[in-house]
Amino acid sequence: MPEAIDRTVFSELQQTAGADFVVELLDTFAEEAPHMFAELRAAHEAGSAERFRRAAHSLKTNANTFGAAALGHMARELELSGLPADASGVDALQMLFDTTMPALQELARG
Amino acid sequence: MAERGARLLVVDDNKVNRLLLARNVTLQGHQAETAENGRIALEMLRRSGFDLVLLDIEMPDMDGFQVMEQLATDKALRDVPVIVTSSLEGVATIVRCIELGADDYLHKPVNPVLLKARISSSLEKKRLRDQQKALVERFATSAVAADLQQGGFALGGKRVQATVMFCDIRGFTTIVESQGPEETIELLNTWYTLMFEAITSQSGVVNQMIGDGLMAIFGAPLPVAEPPLAAVRAALEMMEMIELLNAERAAEGKPALAIGVGIATGDVFAGYTGTQERATYTCVGDTVNLAARLEAHTKQAGRGILIDGATQSALGGRVASDALGPVQLKGKAQAVDVFALAAARRA
Repeated sequence: MPEAIDRTVFSELQQTAGADFVVELLDTFAEEAPHMFAELRAAHEAGSAERFRRAAHSLKTNANTFGAAALGHMARELELSGLPADASGVDALQMLFDTTMPALQELARG
Repeated sequence: MAERGARLLVVDDNKVNRLLLARNVTLQGHQAETAENGRIALEMLRRSGFDLVLLDIEMPDMDGFQVMEQLATDKALRDVPVIVTSSLEGVATIVRCIELGADDYLHKPVNPVLLKARISSSLEKKRLRDQQKALVERFATSAVAADLQQGGFALGGKRVQATVMFCDIRGFTTIVESQGPEETIELLNTWYTLMFEAITSQSGVVNQMIGDGLMAIFGAPLPVAEPPLAAVRAALEMMEMIELLNAERAAEGKPALAIGVGIATGDVFAGYTGTQERATYTCVGDTVNLAARLEAHTKQAGRGILIDGATQSALGGRVASDALGPVQLKGKAQAVDVFALAAARRA
């Protein structure tokens, strides 16, 4: 499992996009992520592998944007391993998100 | 720089991606607008001109593949460059994008430096394509240009009705010998600029420049309402410009410049001549020869602008001319009626 946050990626993002912008962008991710998790759970319940993969894919992409390496890694595994038998993977991803987001926000507000 | 201030459309269903890409593009000095799915993107593209599209693949309500398919079939949009930004894995996706006409494929998260380089390169390619298109359109009718862009080019041509003009500077050799080469080049550049302006303002096309002379065509390949009248107006404008130039030259103590213009109307054979590698749009035929002979005859006739009978009768008296009678021109079996424009008495 990679580290929670790749600081190099995060500070590069701050340098290229601007630190203030990164704060806003993180807020957007914080607002959007619950919809992605809801979609992940709904897709799982509906048995739609395609919807499940797409939602995991979105979470992966956004996590990687901020250098949230562990979160991105876990989301990628969900994306690539098909519809799971139970929702434990989603729960684990949610837990990791819940700890990663405040850490990112703290970094962003530095 | 060429890519300064380009207008880009960022298409992505993921808000974080959309905002970040738009931010990167804006920081590079471009304008960015955003669309959250393919359908909205197509609507925006059809509504107004964009220089480039950054396109995500996986989107609800029309995905990136479908957008590219639509763009390819749309005449007005098929040349808009597309850079795909996606985090889909696997070579198959990239291959499909390139096959559908994408300029490039960038993995998300997109590296801003790489993004900048790719955008610059795509815009530069687009600029060259646009330039090529404009160039073709300048030397061919829009029908020919469209034909060239779609079906490529073929040597050969067709018979069209047009007015041909030849023009050159009188006594240029004497002028060249009286001044340095730099001054001669400068004089030629000024002269060409003035003549081009007069000709193109009347929708003529300069298709040859030979030393101190040029050949222009009116009515082919660019359609002109009345080619004879347009050519005559251009010639009169050229004379006026020469007078203005001479006033300037006189103030600098330089000798006056005189030009001779020959104009003829009739059938010409217009099209591409040359080889597959290098070709030029040109016109050949009796009308072309006649215009050249008339131009050469201006010196003997002591008149600035000479026109043939066909041009004169097409003017319908709207521009005054003097009949010089039938003249036996070099290379012509029979004498031809020659007219001199009254407004340009000086040779």
